[in-house]
Amino acid sequence: MSASPGQTVGPFFHIGLPYAGDNELVPPGRADAIRLHGRVLDGDGVPVPDALIEIWQADSEGKVCRAPGSIRRDGWTFTGFGRAATDPDGHYWFSTLEPGATQPDRPPFIAVTVFARGLLDRLFTRAYLPDPEVAGEDPLLDTIDSDRRGSLIATRDEQGLVFDIHLQGPRETVFLSFPKHRGVWA
Amino acid sequence: MTTTQADISREIQAGQDGGPEHQPRLDYPAYRSSILRHPTKAPHPVDPEGVELWAPCFGHTDVAEAEADLTIQHAGEPLGSRMTLSGRVLDGDGRPVAHQLVEIWQANASGRYAHLRDQHPAPLDPNFTGQGRCLTDADGWYRFTTIQPGPYPWRNHLNAWRPAHIHFSLFGTDFTQRLVTQMYFPGDPLFPLDPIFQSVTDPKAREALIATYDHDLTSPEFSLGYRWDIVLTGTHRTPLDTDTEEPA
Repeated sequence: MSASPGQTVGPFFHIGLPYAGDNELVPPGRADAIRLHGRVLDGDGVPVPDALIEIWQADSEGKVCRAPGSIRRDGWTFTGFGRAATDPDGHYWFSTLEPGATQPDRPPFIAVTVFARGLLDRLFTRAYLPDPEVAGEDPLLDTIDSDRRGSLIATRDEQGLVFDIHLQGPRETVFLSFPKHRGVWA
Repeated sequence: MTTTQADISREIQAGQDGGPEHQPRLDYPAYRSSILRHPTKAPHPVDPEGVELWAPCFGHTDVAEAEADLTIQHAGEPLGSRMTLSGRVLDGDGRPVAHQLVEIWQANASGRYAHLRDQHPAPLDPNFTGQGRCLTDADGWYRFTTIQPGPYPWRNHLNAWRPAHIHFSLFGTDFTQRLVTQMYFPGDPLFPLDPIFQSVTDPKAREALIATYDHDLTSPEFSLGYRWDIVLTGTHRTPLDTDTEEPA
Protein backbone atom coordinates (compact mmCIF):
# COMPACT_ATOMS: atom_id res chain seq x y z
CA MET A 1 0.00 0.00 0.00
CA SER A 2 1.16 3.53 -0.69
CA ALA A 3 1.82 5.64 2.36
CA SER A 4 -0.32 8.73 2.87
CA PRO A 5 1.69 11.85 2.04
CA GLY A 6 3.00 14.02 4.85
CA GLN A 7 2.20 17.72 5.13
CA THR A 8 3.82 20.49 7.15
CA VAL A 9 2.90 20.96 10.83
CA GLY A 10 2.30 24.62 9.90
CA PRO A 11 2.48 27.60 12.26
CA PHE A 12 -0.29 26.57 14.67
CA PHE A 13 0.90 23.16 15.89
CA HIS A 14 1.14 24.60 19.42
CA ILE A 15 -2.61 24.06 19.69
CA GLY A 16 -2.33 20.35 19.08
CA LEU A 17 1.05 18.87 19.89
CA PRO A 18 2.85 20.34 22.93
CA TYR A 19 1.56 19.31 26.36
CA ALA A 20 2.54 19.98 29.96
CA GLY A 21 5.75 18.09 30.77
CA ASP A 22 6.30 17.00 27.18
CA ASN A 23 10.04 17.73 27.34
CA GLU A 24 10.62 16.29 30.83
CA LEU A 25 11.28 12.56 30.37
CA VAL A 26 12.63 12.71 33.91
CA PRO A 27 12.07 15.55 36.38
CA PRO A 28 14.79 18.20 35.85
CA GLY A 29 17.33 18.24 38.63
CA ARG A 30 17.04 14.55 39.49
CA ALA A 31 20.51 13.18 40.24
CA ASP A 32 20.85 11.27 36.96
CA ALA A 33 18.96 13.78 34.78
CA ILE A 34 20.77 15.44 31.92
CA ARG A 35 19.68 18.36 29.78
CA LEU A 36 19.69 17.69 26.03
CA HIS A 37 19.33 21.00 24.27
CA GLY A 38 20.20 22.93 21.16
CA ARG A 39 18.94 25.24 18.47
CA VAL A 40 17.17 24.67 15.18
CA LEU A 41 18.61 26.88 12.42
CA ASP A 42 17.63 27.64 8.83
CA GLY A 43 19.82 27.97 5.72
CA ASP A 44 20.89 31.49 6.73
CA GLY A 45 21.78 30.34 10.24
CA VAL A 46 18.69 32.11 11.60
CA PRO A 47 16.98 30.36 14.54
CA VAL A 48 13.67 28.65 13.74
CA PRO A 49 11.14 29.67 16.42
CA ASP A 50 8.35 27.39 15.16
CA ALA A 51 9.95 23.96 15.04
CA LEU A 52 9.06 20.90 17.08
CA ILE A 53 11.58 18.25 18.08
CA GLU A 54 10.70 14.75 19.22
CA ILE A 55 13.09 12.30 20.82
CA TRP A 56 12.73 8.56 21.37
CA GLN A 57 15.41 6.71 23.25
CA ALA A 58 16.38 3.73 25.37
CA ASP A 59 16.86 4.08 29.12
CA SER A 60 20.30 4.29 30.73
CA GLU A 61 20.62 0.49 30.60
CA GLY A 62 19.91 0.42 26.85
CA LYS A 63 16.43 -1.01 27.34
CA VAL A 64 13.71 0.10 24.91
CA CYS A 65 10.77 1.34 26.98
CA ARG A 66 7.39 -0.31 26.48
CA ALA A 67 5.49 1.59 29.18
CA PRO A 68 2.76 4.14 28.40
CA GLY A 69 2.69 7.44 30.24
CA SER A 70 4.54 9.93 28.01
CA ILE A 71 1.58 12.35 28.01
CA ARG A 72 0.48 12.06 31.63
CA ARG A 73 3.85 11.53 33.26
CA ASP A 74 3.84 10.03 36.77
CA GLY A 75 7.32 11.37 37.56
CA TRP A 76 8.75 7.88 38.08
CA THR A 77 8.27 5.88 34.89
CA PHE A 78 10.80 6.45 32.13
CA THR A 79 8.89 6.15 28.84
CA GLY A 80 11.65 7.20 26.42
CA PHE A 81 9.56 9.69 24.44
CA GLY A 82 9.59 13.46 24.59
CA ARG A 83 8.53 16.47 22.58
CA ALA A 84 9.76 20.08 22.66
CA ALA A 85 8.72 23.13 20.66
CA THR A 86 11.45 25.68 20.00
CA ASP A 87 11.25 29.03 21.79
CA PRO A 88 11.53 32.45 20.06
CA ASP A 89 15.32 31.94 19.88
CA GLY A 90 14.95 28.58 18.13
CA HIS A 91 16.07 26.81 21.28
CA TYR A 92 14.67 23.51 22.59
CA TRP A 93 15.52 21.45 25.68
CA PHE A 94 14.73 18.09 27.22
CA SER A 95 15.37 16.73 30.69
CA THR A 96 16.23 13.08 30.13
CA LEU A 97 18.67 10.25 30.83
CA GLU A 98 21.78 9.42 28.89
CA PRO A 99 20.73 6.37 26.88
CA GLY A 100 22.65 3.11 27.08
CA ALA A 101 23.53 1.08 23.98
CA THR A 102 20.71 -1.17 22.76
CA GLN A 103 23.30 -3.60 21.35
CA PRO A 104 26.76 -4.45 22.73
CA ASP A 105 29.70 -2.54 21.22
CA ARG A 106 27.48 -0.05 19.43
CA PRO A 107 27.50 3.66 20.24
CA PRO A 108 24.23 4.76 21.87
CA PHE A 109 22.07 7.35 20.16
CA ILE A 110 18.79 9.19 20.61
CA ALA A 111 16.37 9.02 17.66
CA VAL A 112 15.23 12.52 16.67
CA THR A 113 12.44 13.78 14.42
CA VAL A 114 12.13 17.38 13.28
CA PHE A 115 8.96 19.24 12.30
CA ALA A 116 8.58 22.94 11.45
CA ARG A 117 6.51 25.49 9.68
CA GLY A 118 8.05 25.63 6.19
CA LEU A 119 9.17 22.01 6.37
CA LEU A 120 6.77 20.02 4.20
CA ASP A 121 7.51 16.64 5.80
CA ARG A 122 9.20 15.41 8.97
CA LEU A 123 12.92 14.72 9.05
CA PHE A 124 14.67 11.91 10.90
CA THR A 125 18.13 12.07 12.40
CA ARG A 126 20.14 10.66 15.34
CA ALA A 127 21.93 12.36 18.21
CA TYR A 128 24.86 10.12 19.16
CA LEU A 129 26.56 10.54 22.52
CA PRO A 130 30.01 12.20 22.41
CA ASP A 131 33.00 10.07 21.37
CA PRO A 132 30.96 7.32 19.71
CA GLU A 133 34.15 5.58 18.49
CA VAL A 134 35.01 4.66 22.09
CA ALA A 135 31.81 2.60 22.30
CA GLY A 136 32.43 0.74 19.05
CA GLU A 137 31.95 0.81 15.31
CA ASP A 138 28.75 2.15 13.86
CA PRO A 139 27.31 1.24 10.46
CA LEU A 140 25.93 4.76 9.97
CA LEU A 141 28.73 6.95 11.32
CA ASP A 142 31.34 4.87 9.52
CA THR A 143 29.81 5.72 6.13
CA ILE A 144 29.53 9.48 6.59
CA ASP A 145 32.19 11.94 5.41
CA SER A 146 34.20 13.32 8.29
CA ASP A 147 33.09 16.90 7.55
CA ARG A 148 29.41 16.01 8.11
CA ARG A 149 29.76 13.32 10.76
CA GLY A 150 29.84 15.86 13.58
CA SER A 151 26.27 16.92 12.80
CA LEU A 152 25.10 13.58 14.24
CA ILE A 153 27.14 13.72 17.45
CA ALA A 154 26.08 15.70 20.51
CA THR A 155 28.69 17.65 22.44
CA ARG A 156 28.94 17.83 26.21
CA ASP A 157 28.25 20.84 28.40
CA GLU A 158 27.89 21.28 32.13
CA GLN A 159 24.31 20.00 32.31
CA GLY A 160 24.47 17.32 29.67
CA LEU A 161 24.36 17.34 25.90
CA VAL A 162 24.12 19.95 23.13
CA PHE A 163 22.67 19.04 19.76
CA ASP A 164 22.02 21.77 17.17
CA ILE A 165 19.98 21.00 14.07
CA HIS A 166 20.76 22.81 10.81
CA LEU A 167 17.93 22.37 8.33
CA GLN A 168 20.08 23.71 5.49
CA GLY A 169 23.41 25.38 4.75
CA PRO A 170 27.10 24.56 5.05
CA ARG A 171 26.53 22.75 8.37
CA GLU A 172 23.36 20.96 7.24
CA THR A 173 22.53 18.08 9.57
CA VAL A 174 22.65 14.59 8.10
CA PHE A 175 19.04 13.47 7.80
CA LEU A 176 18.12 9.83 7.34
CA SER A 177 15.91 7.69 5.15
CA PHE A 178 14.94 4.18 6.11
CA PRO A 179 14.37 1.29 3.66
CA LYS A 180 10.56 1.53 3.78
CA HIS A 181 10.78 5.24 2.92
CA ARG A 182 12.55 4.67 -0.40
CA GLY A 183 10.84 6.48 -3.21
CA VAL A 184 9.51 8.97 -0.70
CA TRP A 185 12.24 11.47 -1.43
CA ALA A 186 13.03 13.34 -4.64
CA MET B 1 6.92 43.30 -6.24
CA THR B 2 3.89 41.57 -4.80
CA THR B 3 3.57 37.89 -5.54
CA THR B 4 0.12 37.08 -6.88
CA GLN B 5 -1.85 33.87 -7.10
CA ALA B 6 -1.06 33.84 -10.84
CA ASP B 7 2.68 33.75 -10.01
CA ILE B 8 2.20 30.94 -7.50
CA SER B 9 -0.05 29.00 -9.89
CA ARG B 10 2.69 29.23 -12.55
CA GLU B 11 5.21 27.89 -10.03
CA ILE B 12 2.84 25.08 -9.08
CA GLN B 13 2.50 24.22 -12.77
CA ALA B 14 6.28 24.27 -13.20
CA GLY B 15 6.59 22.00 -10.16
CA GLN B 16 4.57 19.36 -12.00
CA ASP B 17 7.36 19.10 -14.57
CA GLY B 18 9.55 17.14 -12.18
CA GLY B 19 7.07 14.26 -12.48
CA PRO B 20 4.55 12.88 -10.01
CA GLU B 21 5.85 12.20 -6.53
CA HIS B 22 3.94 10.51 -3.82
CA GLN B 23 5.38 12.47 -0.90
CA PRO B 24 5.67 16.26 -0.70
CA ARG B 25 8.72 17.86 -2.25
CA LEU B 26 10.71 19.45 0.53
CA ASP B 27 12.29 21.86 -1.97
CA TYR B 28 9.09 23.56 -3.11
CA PRO B 29 9.61 27.33 -3.40
CA ALA B 30 5.92 28.04 -4.19
CA TYR B 31 5.54 27.50 -0.42
CA ARG B 32 7.75 30.46 0.46
CA SER B 33 8.54 29.43 4.03
CA SER B 34 10.18 26.24 2.73
CA ILE B 35 12.96 28.07 0.85
CA LEU B 36 15.44 28.24 3.76
CA ARG B 37 14.02 25.30 5.68
CA HIS B 38 14.50 22.31 3.41
CA PRO B 39 17.63 20.16 3.39
CA THR B 40 19.57 20.43 0.13
CA LYS B 41 21.45 17.15 0.52
CA ALA B 42 19.87 13.75 -0.13
CA PRO B 43 18.89 11.92 3.02
CA HIS B 44 21.37 9.29 4.08
CA PRO B 45 20.03 5.74 3.71
CA VAL B 46 20.35 3.68 6.87
CA ASP B 47 18.84 0.53 8.34
CA PRO B 48 16.86 1.26 11.49
CA GLU B 49 18.35 -0.01 14.73
CA GLY B 50 17.48 -0.28 18.38
CA VAL B 51 14.79 2.19 19.41
CA GLU B 52 14.00 3.06 15.79
CA LEU B 53 12.43 -0.40 15.44
CA TRP B 54 9.93 0.40 18.19
CA ALA B 55 7.45 3.19 18.81
CA PRO B 56 6.45 4.91 22.04
CA CYS B 57 3.46 3.32 23.82
CA PHE B 58 0.42 5.37 24.74
CA GLY B 59 -2.41 4.11 26.91
CA HIS B 60 -5.60 5.11 28.66
CA THR B 61 -3.47 6.75 31.33
CA ASP B 62 -2.37 9.20 28.59
CA VAL B 63 -5.61 9.89 26.76
CA ALA B 64 -9.09 10.30 28.26
CA GLU B 65 -11.99 9.19 26.06
CA ALA B 66 -13.55 12.65 26.22
CA GLU B 67 -10.52 14.11 24.40
CA ALA B 68 -11.90 12.66 21.15
CA ASP B 69 -14.83 15.07 21.32
CA LEU B 70 -13.73 18.61 20.45
CA THR B 71 -17.24 19.95 20.98
CA ILE B 72 -17.44 19.36 24.75
CA GLN B 73 -14.31 21.11 25.96
CA HIS B 74 -16.10 24.30 27.06
CA ALA B 75 -19.33 25.37 28.74
CA GLY B 76 -21.25 25.85 25.48
CA GLU B 77 -21.55 24.25 22.06
CA PRO B 78 -19.11 25.50 19.43
CA LEU B 79 -20.52 27.21 16.35
CA GLY B 80 -20.41 25.48 13.00
CA SER B 81 -21.36 22.26 11.32
CA ARG B 82 -20.82 19.33 13.68
CA MET B 83 -19.08 16.32 12.19
CA THR B 84 -18.10 12.77 13.06
CA LEU B 85 -14.70 11.92 11.61
CA SER B 86 -13.55 8.33 11.58
CA GLY B 87 -11.21 6.02 9.73
CA ARG B 88 -8.52 3.38 10.04
CA VAL B 89 -4.80 3.69 10.52
CA LEU B 90 -2.97 0.98 8.56
CA ASP B 91 0.71 0.23 8.07
CA GLY B 92 2.31 -0.14 4.64
CA ASP B 93 1.43 -3.85 4.62
CA GLY B 94 -2.23 -3.16 5.30
CA ARG B 95 -2.12 -4.22 8.96
CA PRO B 96 -4.19 -2.12 11.36
CA VAL B 97 -2.17 0.02 13.76
CA ALA B 98 -3.80 -0.86 17.09
CA HIS B 99 -3.90 1.13 20.35
CA GLN B 100 -1.78 3.95 18.99
CA LEU B 101 -2.02 7.71 19.49
CA VAL B 102 -3.83 10.01 17.01
CA GLU B 103 -3.68 13.77 17.62
CA ILE B 104 -5.54 16.48 15.69
CA TRP B 105 -5.72 20.26 15.66
CA GLN B 106 -7.71 22.64 13.52
CA ALA B 107 -9.23 26.09 12.94
CA ASN B 108 -12.76 26.89 14.07
CA ALA B 109 -15.79 27.17 11.77
CA SER B 110 -14.77 30.72 10.79
CA GLY B 111 -11.26 29.68 9.80
CA ARG B 112 -9.56 31.07 12.92
CA TYR B 113 -7.12 29.18 15.12
CA ALA B 114 -7.13 29.70 18.87
CA HIS B 115 -3.47 30.76 18.56
CA LEU B 116 -1.80 34.13 19.21
CA ARG B 117 -0.07 34.07 15.85
CA ASP B 118 -3.36 33.83 13.97
CA GLN B 119 -4.42 37.41 13.28
CA HIS B 120 -7.10 36.58 10.71
CA PRO B 121 -9.97 38.96 11.60
CA ALA B 122 -12.52 36.18 11.90
CA PRO B 123 -14.17 35.51 15.25
CA LEU B 124 -12.63 33.27 17.85
CA ASP B 125 -15.13 30.81 19.29
CA PRO B 126 -15.01 30.75 23.11
CA ASN B 127 -16.43 27.22 22.93
CA PHE B 128 -13.83 25.79 20.59
CA THR B 129 -10.09 25.21 21.10
CA GLY B 130 -9.59 22.82 18.19
CA GLN B 131 -7.39 20.16 19.79
CA GLY B 132 -8.21 16.46 20.19
CA ARG B 133 -6.59 13.10 20.89
CA CYS B 134 -7.64 9.49 20.80
CA LEU B 135 -6.20 6.00 20.67
CA THR B 136 -6.95 3.64 17.79
CA ASP B 137 -8.88 0.50 18.73
CA ALA B 138 -7.73 -3.08 18.16
CA ASP B 139 -8.61 -2.81 14.44
CA GLY B 140 -6.88 0.54 13.93
CA TRP B 141 -10.06 2.66 14.00
CA TYR B 142 -10.05 6.21 15.33
CA ARG B 143 -13.09 8.45 15.80
CA PHE B 144 -13.49 12.16 16.59
CA THR B 145 -16.46 14.47 17.05
CA THR B 146 -15.65 18.01 15.97
CA ILE B 147 -16.91 20.85 13.80
CA GLN B 148 -16.04 21.50 10.18
CA PRO B 149 -13.10 23.96 10.03
CA GLY B 150 -13.28 26.97 7.72
CA PRO B 151 -10.73 27.94 5.04
CA TYR B 152 -8.50 30.85 6.00
CA PRO B 153 -6.11 33.40 4.49
CA TRP B 154 -2.35 33.26 4.96
CA ARG B 155 0.56 35.38 3.82
CA ASN B 156 2.38 33.17 1.35
CA HIS B 157 1.34 35.56 -1.44
CA LEU B 158 -1.38 38.14 -2.11
CA ASN B 159 -4.85 36.64 -1.61
CA ALA B 160 -3.54 33.25 -0.50
CA TRP B 161 -6.14 30.98 1.13
CA ARG B 162 -5.68 27.53 2.63
CA PRO B 163 -8.29 24.91 1.79
CA ALA B 164 -10.13 23.80 4.94
CA HIS B 165 -8.15 21.06 6.68
CA ILE B 166 -7.54 19.21 9.92
CA HIS B 167 -3.95 18.52 11.04
CA PHE B 168 -3.23 14.88 11.99
CA SER B 169 -0.29 13.43 13.90
CA LEU B 170 0.25 9.64 13.89
CA PHE B 171 2.56 6.98 15.27
CA GLY B 172 3.04 3.43 13.98
CA THR B 173 4.67 0.37 15.53
CA ASP B 174 8.16 1.58 14.69
CA PHE B 175 9.46 5.12 14.97
CA THR B 176 10.32 5.37 11.26
CA GLN B 177 6.57 5.44 10.53
CA ARG B 178 6.00 8.77 12.28
CA LEU B 179 3.63 10.92 10.21
CA VAL B 180 2.22 14.43 10.48
CA THR B 181 -0.15 15.42 7.71
CA GLN B 182 -3.36 17.31 6.88
CA MET B 183 -6.79 15.98 5.95
CA TYR B 184 -8.87 17.94 3.43
CA PHE B 185 -12.55 17.98 2.46
CA PRO B 186 -13.94 16.78 -0.87
CA GLY B 187 -14.41 19.22 -3.76
CA ASP B 188 -12.57 22.19 -2.25
CA PRO B 189 -12.18 24.88 -4.96
CA LEU B 190 -8.91 26.04 -3.34
CA PHE B 191 -7.04 22.77 -4.07
CA PRO B 192 -5.38 23.87 -7.35
CA LEU B 193 -4.26 27.16 -5.79
CA ASP B 194 -2.64 25.85 -2.61
CA PRO B 195 1.14 25.26 -2.69
CA ILE B 196 1.10 23.08 0.46
CA PHE B 197 -1.43 20.64 -1.00
CA GLN B 198 0.23 20.82 -4.45
CA SER B 199 3.69 20.07 -3.02
CA VAL B 200 2.52 16.46 -3.43
CA THR B 201 2.85 16.34 -7.21
CA ASP B 202 1.13 12.97 -7.75
CA PRO B 203 -2.62 13.62 -8.11
CA LYS B 204 -3.48 10.13 -6.79
CA ALA B 205 -1.40 10.76 -3.69
CA ARG B 206 -3.15 14.11 -3.16
CA GLU B 207 -6.47 12.30 -3.29
CA ALA B 208 -5.27 10.17 -0.38
CA LEU B 209 -5.37 13.34 1.74
CA ILE B 210 -9.06 13.99 1.04
CA ALA B 211 -11.78 12.57 3.28
CA THR B 212 -14.98 11.22 1.78
CA TYR B 213 -18.49 12.00 2.93
CA ASP B 214 -19.90 8.84 4.55
CA HIS B 215 -23.61 8.76 5.24
CA ASP B 216 -23.17 5.67 7.41
CA LEU B 217 -21.12 7.82 9.81
CA THR B 218 -23.72 10.59 9.75
CA SER B 219 -25.82 10.64 12.94
CA PRO B 220 -29.51 11.55 12.68
CA GLU B 221 -30.15 15.08 13.87
CA PHE B 222 -26.61 15.38 15.22
CA SER B 223 -23.62 15.37 12.84
CA LEU B 224 -22.37 14.78 9.30
CA GLY B 225 -20.00 11.85 8.80
CA TYR B 226 -16.61 11.87 7.10
CA ARG B 227 -14.31 8.91 6.58
CA TRP B 228 -10.57 9.19 6.20
CA ASP B 229 -8.14 6.26 6.25
CA ILE B 230 -4.43 6.77 6.78
CA VAL B 231 -1.63 4.52 5.56
CA LEU B 232 1.76 4.75 7.27
CA THR B 233 5.02 3.58 5.71
CA GLY B 234 5.96 -0.09 6.18
CA THR B 235 7.32 -1.53 9.39
CA HIS B 236 10.95 -2.64 9.60
CA ARG B 237 10.24 -5.19 12.32
CA THR B 238 7.63 -7.92 12.05
CA PRO B 239 5.04 -6.79 14.57
CA LEU B 240 4.61 -9.13 17.53
CA ASP B 241 1.33 -10.15 19.09
CA THR B 242 2.24 -7.85 21.94
CA ASP B 243 2.13 -4.91 19.51
CA THR B 244 -1.62 -5.36 19.18
CA GLU B 245 -2.21 -5.80 22.89
CA GLU B 246 -3.64 -2.92 24.79
CA PRO B 247 -1.12 -1.32 27.17
CA ALA B 248 -2.15 -1.47 30.82
